[in-house]
Amino acid sequence: MIEGIIVGLSTALTLTNLVFVVIGCLAGTFIGMLPGLGPMSAIALMIPIAASLDPSTGIILMAAVYYGAIFGGSTSSILINAPGVASTVATSFDGYPMARKGMAGKALAIAAYSSFSGGVIAAIFLLVAAPYLASVSLSFQSTDYFALMVLGLTAVAAFAGKGEMLKALLMTVVGLMLSTVGTDQTQGIPRFTLGLIDLIDGISFLLLVMATFALSEALIAILKPTSDASRKEEMEASANLGSMKLSNDEVKEMVPVIGRSSFLGFLIGVLPGAGATIASFLAYGTEQRIAGPVKGKEFGKGSIRGLAAPETANNAAATGSFVPLLTLGIPGSGTTAIMLGALIGYGIQPGPRLYIDQPEVFWSVIVSMWIGNIILLVLNLPLIPYIARVLAIPSRFLLPLILFFSLIGVYFVSFNTFDIQLMVLFGFIAVMLRFLDFPMAPMILGFILGGMMEENLRRALLINNDSWSFLWERPLTFSILVIAALCLFVPVVLPYVQRIRKGAKITGE
Amino acid sequence: MLKKFRLALAASALVLSASVAMAGSHKVVDEIKFLIPGGAGGGWDGTARGTGEALTKSGIVGSASYENMSGGGGGKAIANLIETKNFGTLMVNSTPIVIRSLQKVFPQSFRDLTPIAGTIGDYGAMVVGKNSEIKDFAGLIDAYKMDSTKVAIGGGSVAGGMDHLVAALVMKNAGADPGKVKYIPYDAGGKAMAGLLSGEIKALATGFGEAIALARQGEVKILCVTAMKRLAASPDTPTCDEAGSKGTSFVNWRGFFAAPGLPDDKKAMYINALTKMYGTPEWAAVRDRMGWVEIFNPGDDFVKFLEQQEKDIGGLMKELGFL
Repeated sequence: MIEGIIVGLSTALTLTNLVFVVIGCLAGTFIGMLPGLGPMSAIALMIPIAASLDPSTGIILMAAVYYGAIFGGSTSSILINAPGVASTVATSFDGYPMARKGMAGKALAIAAYSSFSGGVIAAIFLLVAAPYLASVSLSFQSTDYFALMVLGLTAVAAFAGKGEMLKALLMTVVGLMLSTVGTDQTQGIPRFTLGLIDLIDGISFLLLVMATFALSEALIAILKPTSDASRKEEMEASANLGSMKLSNDEVKEMVPVIGRSSFLGFLIGVLPGAGATIASFLAYGTEQRIAGPVKGKEFGKGSIRGLAAPETANNAAATGSFVPLLTLGIPGSGTTAIMLGALIGYGIQPGPRLYIDQPEVFWSVIVSMWIGNIILLVLNLPLIPYIARVLAIPSRFLLPLILFFSLIGVYFVSFNTFDIQLMVLFGFIAVMLRFLDFPMAPMILGFILGGMMEENLRRALLINNDSWSFLWERPLTFSILVIAALCLFVPVVLPYVQRIRKGAKITGE
Repeated sequence: MLKKFRLALAASALVLSASVAMAGSHKVVDEIKFLIPGGAGGGWDGTARGTGEALTKSGIVGSASYENMSGGGGGKAIANLIETKNFGTLMVNSTPIVIRSLQKVFPQSFRDLTPIAGTIGDYGAMVVGKNSEIKDFAGLIDAYKMDSTKVAIGGGSVAGGMDHLVAALVMKNAGADPGKVKYIPYDAGGKAMAGLLSGEIKALATGFGEAIALARQGEVKILCVTAMKRLAASPDTPTCDEAGSKGTSFVNWRGFFAAPGLPDDKKAMYINALTKMYGTPEWAAVRDRMGWVEIFNPGDDFVKFLEQQEKDIGGLMKELGFL
């Protein structure tokens, strides 16, 4: 293995390669910041350039762009509540509140450290365990994916603070309902399209998240004019915007979160089709539970743990998704599908024999992940204070810019004016709902998981001839469902159990 | 004006590869606008941009621009092409234009357009896992005839979509009941392949190009391919025809269409440009990068092919109860 790492390092660490890593990181970060352009588009844009380079340089360039784009996406989630891709939605839950409190620099720094750690730790897992995990990733069937999505949905409990469980659940259901609009993925029949040709392909994730997060946020800021006092406070806070200082206590809080989320994220990422989004939600929900009643209450209001967990997990999962790609040649996500195309373009066929036939490729991919992550951290840390200053722009300029970029971002994906109308409609509804204290995050959670949940459930039912028995007959499915049930009910039941115990103690005395 | 503005925006946002190549002596067309019925990054998008790249870089076409117009399963772009009657536009499309117009997803069909040529394509294939008890095509048919509810066949399209139709066509020509195919849909070929390897489906109907790499590594076995002649890429793989599914021929093509009423000289010009493209190293580079298989099928042959495919698929869909 050491030999392999050295081979990888010696191919990766040439001057040309390093130049391309720097270019890739910068380009990726910039592309990722634009709403609508995520890692997938960033890599797709790089392919023509990468194709003209030699394989190891090309792979390194793509890895750099990839991690750059993921980090760039987190930046827009944190600063302006505009998660451009699904995997950074969870980042905005606590990252944006932190930025609102004037800790944008700190939030970006936490995101950078977490992404870095998640990527690097997961690359170590990849190195050690890839060949063994290949078979694990293939043991997951549709029924197990369905159970996994149910487990993901339990993360909704994390948004149920201040006694708003009912509202959170309602919004989850709204999200699940919205996910059914469009052509049924199983039978190919249009549903709930109101006869509109524009709804045949369903509601796009980007449209919904931009409308309910970025657009509604900006509109609310306009509708709720800040008083002079709070304005002054904000000005004071903005002086601190760029500060990236983390106290020792905060670092101590982050480290275990990063460790757990790296592991969880990597494992979820290994499953083809589950991916970074589910990993980020699961990590968020898990950490909220682990944090306990006091710290857990901070989630959604600018918790460090709540930011570090999804940021670590989505990067770890992105790395984990290379397991089925490299060891089996199966792309589990859109991004890895594009990567596969690029590798094949170089005459490299990922698969079980890659590790044996072309070990230098295997190693240079892993080494380029490390280099990409390191360079990204080195490049971005000094830039963070400047990026964070975006929020120092007076709101009369910043808000129209946010409105402009979120609308343009959605338009540039579909080039369909209907999407803009629909987006404004959703933005308007979201503003009203938010004034009534309905949370938007559970809806997005329901929307993202709903489609995959339905698809896997219906596939499982088809395979099992419409029998539901797989829910309890298949051990893996059953175990995941039990965990999901525990996640939901233990926090509800625990206080009562404790109360009864206390009561018993008192009477015992 | 608005349209120009829109195009300019599109160009600046997506960093288009619209390169103005040096005007070589062999330039055939000054400029082409590619209309893409789907969003950036999809299969149609890659086909249009890759073809445009080869055409401009080789100097056959002066410049290329691209407009993405998604919506209605491709229907929006078709309606736009018919409405604007812009003879400088080529729309990319593929087998689904035949299937979706039969399904009445959109009211138009290829007859409302001017078909230029099919350019690339992929054959269908029936695939099983390496440890499957099914060893060859005859084994698949036997198991299917015994109890088709125990032979779940997956694919990367919806029920009634392309992969389902391939499976049904293969079964029908092998003398089995195509209506009994227990078809399991996945939303992408890669996920369907993972489903096959996980053992939840017994067999997979997919593109030959998506299966060949794993077959070479011994992870899966291709039982047969829906071409009438064995493919050079895998001479040991039998055709479905010779394996017992008589006359099974299916190709998933991608190609280009122009506006209705296109003058013949312009049509000849586009065909000439595409014909010349195949010989260029720029095309070879794009083709190999994307893993495309050349299936050039221009002009009247393309129309005949589309008519035949519509007849085959339409008959099958009726038989299966999808129409």
